[in-house]
Amino acid sequence: MFQVASSPHQHIRRTTSSVMQLVIMFALPGLAVQTFFFGWGSIIHLLIASLVAIATEALFLEVRKRPFEPAIKDCSALLTALLLAISIPPLAPWWISAIGAFFAIAIVKQLYGGLGFNLFNPAMAAYVMLLVSFPVQMTSWLPPQSLAEHQITFFDALSVIMTGFSTDGYSLLQLRNGIDGFTMATPLDTIKTDLSLSLTLQESMQKLTFSGASGVGWFWVNLAYLIGGIGLIRMRVISWHIPAGMLLSMGSFALIFYLINPDQYATPWLHWFSGATMLGAFFILTDPVSACTTNKGRIIFGATVGAWVYLIRVFGGYPDAIGFAVVIMNMAVPLIDYYTRPRVYGHQKANRSNK
Amino acid sequence: MHNVLERLKSGRTWDFPGGVHPVDFKTISNTTVIKRPSLPECLYLTVKQHIGLEGQIIVAPGDKVLKGQALTKNSHPLSVPVHAPTSGEVVAIAPHVSAHPSGIAEATLQIKPDGEDKWIDLTPLTNYQSLPKPELIEAICSAGIAGMGGAGFPTHIKVGVQKEVEYLIINGVECEPYITSDDRLMREHAWQIRQGIDVLTHILNPKHIIIAIEDNKPKAIEAMQVACQENRKYLVCSVPTKYPAGGEKQLIQMLLNKEVPSGGLPIDIGVLTHNVGTCYAIADAVFSGKPLIERVITLTGKALSKPGNVWALLGTPMSHLLDFAEYDVKKQKRGQRLIMGGPMMGFSLRSDHVPVVKVSNCLLVPTDSEIPLTEAEQACIRCGACADACPAGLLPQQLYWHSKAKELDKAQDYNLFDCIECGACAYVCPSQIPLVQYYRQAKATIREDEKEQIKAAKAKERFEARQARLEREKEAREEKHRLAAEARKKRAEATPVKDTADQIDDSVSESDPKAKVAAALARAKAKKLQSAPSNTESTEQPEKAQKSAAVQAAIARAKAKKEQQAQQTAEAKEETPSQKSAAVRAAIARAKAKKEAAQQNLEKPTAESNEPQDTSSQELEVSEMTAEEKKKARVAAAVAKATAKKEAERQEKERSDNSVAGEQAHNEPAQEVEASEMSAEEKKKARVAAAVAKAKAKKEAEQQEKESTDNSVSDEQSQSAPTQEVEVSEMTAEEKKKARVAAAVAKAKAKKQAERQAAQQNDIDNPEDKELTE
Amino acid sequence: MTAAIALIAVGILALVFGAILGFAAIRFKVESDPLVDQLDEVLPQTQCGQCGYPGCRPYAEAIANGDDINKCPPGGEATIKKLADMMGVEAVPLDAAHGEEDVTKVAYIREDECIGCTKCIVACPVDAIVGATRQMHTVITDECTGCDLCVAPCPVDCIDMIPVKQSAQNWRWDLNSIPIKEIS
Repeated sequence: MFQVASSPHQHIRRTTSSVMQLVIMFALPGLAVQTFFFGWGSIIHLLIASLVAIATEALFLEVRKRPFEPAIKDCSALLTALLLAISIPPLAPWWISAIGAFFAIAIVKQLYGGLGFNLFNPAMAAYVMLLVSFPVQMTSWLPPQSLAEHQITFFDALSVIMTGFSTDGYSLLQLRNGIDGFTMATPLDTIKTDLSLSLTLQESMQKLTFSGASGVGWFWVNLAYLIGGIGLIRMRVISWHIPAGMLLSMGSFALIFYLINPDQYATPWLHWFSGATMLGAFFILTDPVSACTTNKGRIIFGATVGAWVYLIRVFGGYPDAIGFAVVIMNMAVPLIDYYTRPRVYGHQKANRSNK
Repeated sequence: MHNVLERLKSGRTWDFPGGVHPVDFKTISNTTVIKRPSLPECLYLTVKQHIGLEGQIIVAPGDKVLKGQALTKNSHPLSVPVHAPTSGEVVAIAPHVSAHPSGIAEATLQIKPDGEDKWIDLTPLTNYQSLPKPELIEAICSAGIAGMGGAGFPTHIKVGVQKEVEYLIINGVECEPYITSDDRLMREHAWQIRQGIDVLTHILNPKHIIIAIEDNKPKAIEAMQVACQENRKYLVCSVPTKYPAGGEKQLIQMLLNKEVPSGGLPIDIGVLTHNVGTCYAIADAVFSGKPLIERVITLTGKALSKPGNVWALLGTPMSHLLDFAEYDVKKQKRGQRLIMGGPMMGFSLRSDHVPVVKVSNCLLVPTDSEIPLTEAEQACIRCGACADACPAGLLPQQLYWHSKAKELDKAQDYNLFDCIECGACAYVCPSQIPLVQYYRQAKATIREDEKEQIKAAKAKERFEARQARLEREKEAREEKHRLAAEARKKRAEATPVKDTADQIDDSVSESDPKAKVAAALARAKAKKLQSAPSNTESTEQPEKAQKSAAVQAAIARAKAKKEQQAQQTAEAKEETPSQKSAAVRAAIARAKAKKEAAQQNLEKPTAESNEPQDTSSQELEVSEMTAEEKKKARVAAAVAKATAKKEAERQEKERSDNSVAGEQAHNEPAQEVEASEMSAEEKKKARVAAAVAKAKAKKEAEQQEKESTDNSVSDEQSQSAPTQEVEVSEMTAEEKKKARVAAAVAKAKAKKQAERQAAQQNDIDNPEDKELTE
Repeated sequence: MTAAIALIAVGILALVFGAILGFAAIRFKVESDPLVDQLDEVLPQTQCGQCGYPGCRPYAEAIANGDDINKCPPGGEATIKKLADMMGVEAVPLDAAHGEEDVTKVAYIREDECIGCTKCIVACPVDAIVGATRQMHTVITDECTGCDLCVAPCPVDCIDMIPVKQSAQNWRWDLNSIPIKEIS
């Protein structure tokens, strides 16, 4: 008896899991830099989130009577956990990432039908949920270690995450103090607060959080993600359209406002290299499931996310906005896809066939 | 226009979107010359080896054929013949597994080679330039040439286009991995390919000729350049290696930056493409008169110990080629796999008996590690890699969702039918989704659904037409009755009173109790008498049966005819449709008469129950269809059929009288009614009659002769009476009595009708009437 | 007073909008096939009567008048789905009382057994059987809807319903369900 299969018989040797693994690999430099500047918290959260995510995935697939082995092997849950862990403040309580990972996999992914069917980016939807539900824990970012009053060891981080206090008995609030003794916020947060206190941007930028044109540590974190992202593009894992669309749109918004009023609005440079910009542009927006699939659509998707991020950062109530922007635009993806169908060979116009 | 050529001359081409770069593995098979395997034991020539329609088989099993002899003839413009690849004997014409993805067996000519390989007389057309073009095209057609690149479109159709050809593209791209048959052919037979191009150029007279070869075949390019250097019009052009550059549409886009309109053909934009293999075959056909009986096929894959290209006779089973290339089964541990065509668009064979056909360009036998078996399909992660790879600019992912969900209209909305099934999307899919398979299924379903829709529409139309017809006939019938009634009234006033009763009898055929009952009675009696001896002489005599049955039928018909004539006479002043309606009525009358005859026939013996055997058989007849009964019925049916044949002859005669009824044979409900009664009655008759005494036969034969020669109405009744008398004379005493009564009734009836006839004759003065009667 | 004014104002507004609506209803009226026609289009037109109505159109009329949509075995699930769409009701499984969905079949007359009774000709709703009295009949396969109606009337049971043969032309790319017979 001869085996029968459908053509093509030859396949490129890249599977879903290898795609996911590549994305995870290329995010690792950024994670490393982040750990270097903000301590071990991210790694601990990564472990917690991964465990919860994989357990949840297995549980739900079992309940749905689907084989869970291939789903675990495809590493998509791991990637979601990674993105979530990176986005959470390093010393947030352990249950933050646990709840987040559970929500991401159970509600956002499996309830929508599993991999490929989720409308929203699981990590970002979970992040938004956490941010809205637990605003204090979710905004308690640490100062970069070089500027912090207390140095945090791995065990400190573990202890804070699990109990709320470091091995020396400091609370999270105390740990957030900078070397000047004040609680330090992220650069974007600092600017936002200062502008509301009628300081000019230049005055705000004098603070310790900043060095030169961007925030301490944050610049390097973003740079690491940028490099990782370029690697992904070169490996043809992601296309350049979404990151380019987002960065250009964000940059041009920032540039226009900066030119209008440099005292009030930060430079494009600052926007590009602070917060989760690069992580978002290369790793979060490019989640294939919840992003656009046509190239034109990808540019539009990236650009609108960029615009949303800028608008929320500058005019909204939150210092950073990748999560919100992504979730908002996820909803628009089917629409964008529908209207950006490429022109088909032999057809005069794009879109509908001449029926 | 000119910058297109300039650009190509300078070695640049355009690009098409998407495409993939699979590893090509061409060196497995392109390093050795084309070999020639031995003659296989048996050749299997599928009758249909190309797109279009199959030819008509013109040989029969047992025929001796010579090499190159046509085995089918092209009865349709879209068909091409197939030829005997070697001399031998046609051993069978039977279904044989086909070179089709489905493997469904198709009509196949099996030829056993005699080993002599003797050619039929060939007629080369070396002076082709002085021949009229249609003759050349005809030569190409009768050489059985169909596109050899893979699709197999009949070449003479493409060559015979009436439109102006601006660009003639010779496709030597061969973009699929593994395949090297065109590559080798160009290297070894560039000169003959050029001759083929010469012929094409002569026929089509294109403005430009481009020979496109992928840049991974430098030796083929070189060979073609050498062969084409004499003619400056021929531009050998190397195109970048990218799958599917060899697709007709993509090649045109690459070379000319033009697109074939959706649903259109390249000729719509003045382009025609031909495969190099086709050119070679054309040269063969024109310069040596050889039809297409062999082709180059690549035997490749790492499971073959001796891969390479071979000249394979069409119809050679794959198993023969596998033996030649030393197929090592052990290298395919996880199941045997044969792929006809390349790894991107080829299909799996279901048997190694599949024969080589005109479009087979490759047989790929990969090892397990070389081309892994398809893995389980995983969830689509919407990565969009497929859209990036699609050379047609489609969104494979959307097509996939819609095809999978059977939302076929939406799939069509996403231009499903512009998919060329190149497989680039499935090649890049990280989730191993067999996308192309989904599209093919969706396409096939859409096509079948469309066919079904057309069929449903047609069925609806036919149904409605039928309903309308039945309605119309019903109305016509009623109208006739009304008119007849009026005419009767009129006549009743005009003619003497004494005739009135008869007149009524005549015209109201359906409610003509006296006449009918009388006739029926007479026949029934006769019938009974017949059935009585049937027991005593129970040997079956089909011929007898026929005759007797025929007589009965004839009587009934005669009666009906007479009535019909009466009717027509009565409706003398009517328009033409009256004929038809008269026929209808006559038929109804006939049917009724027969029915009654049958009934009585059936009842009497049962009631008297003096013939148990007969009775039982008739009872069986009545209670329908137990298993054993069926058997009997069939036997009876066979007898009846014979009867029917004779009857048919008679009917023909009748029809000439009754032309409308004859024409509408199966449409006429009235006749159908009659017919339905017939079957039961007929069988009975047949069976009963089968046992009628031999002595009776002679007399009846005489009677019949008389009847058939003189079929005129007025005689019928008087004949029927004697017929019965004759029968009567041979019956036993008590039966005779009965028969006599019957005969008396019949005679009386006959007399009466004779009278009536006379009355009618008076009415038939009108010439128009006569016409109608005829 | 104000209440009265308010009432009058609301009344006038109501009138105006009513007039606009009425006008729009007439002006923008969409001409569409009557429902029965649309339903009839969807039915498979086998005229088999398995639904209990004498033909497809009568059933379409019955559906329009509220009969169940799951009485058409030849149409099967696909037809039920379309009917459900059209009638705005849930698609329900086929009512087994009316038969089961089956492969497409066509009638075939075993010609040497046919006695030429024409009963099947009368029964055929689409005139797909040709033949004359006492002449052998045959089915025009292309026109046969596979309705089964000719089988019962045949007195000698010489009509078979045979599934439409699968060929390379009507093959639906079902790679796994092809019966393979090894021929050697």
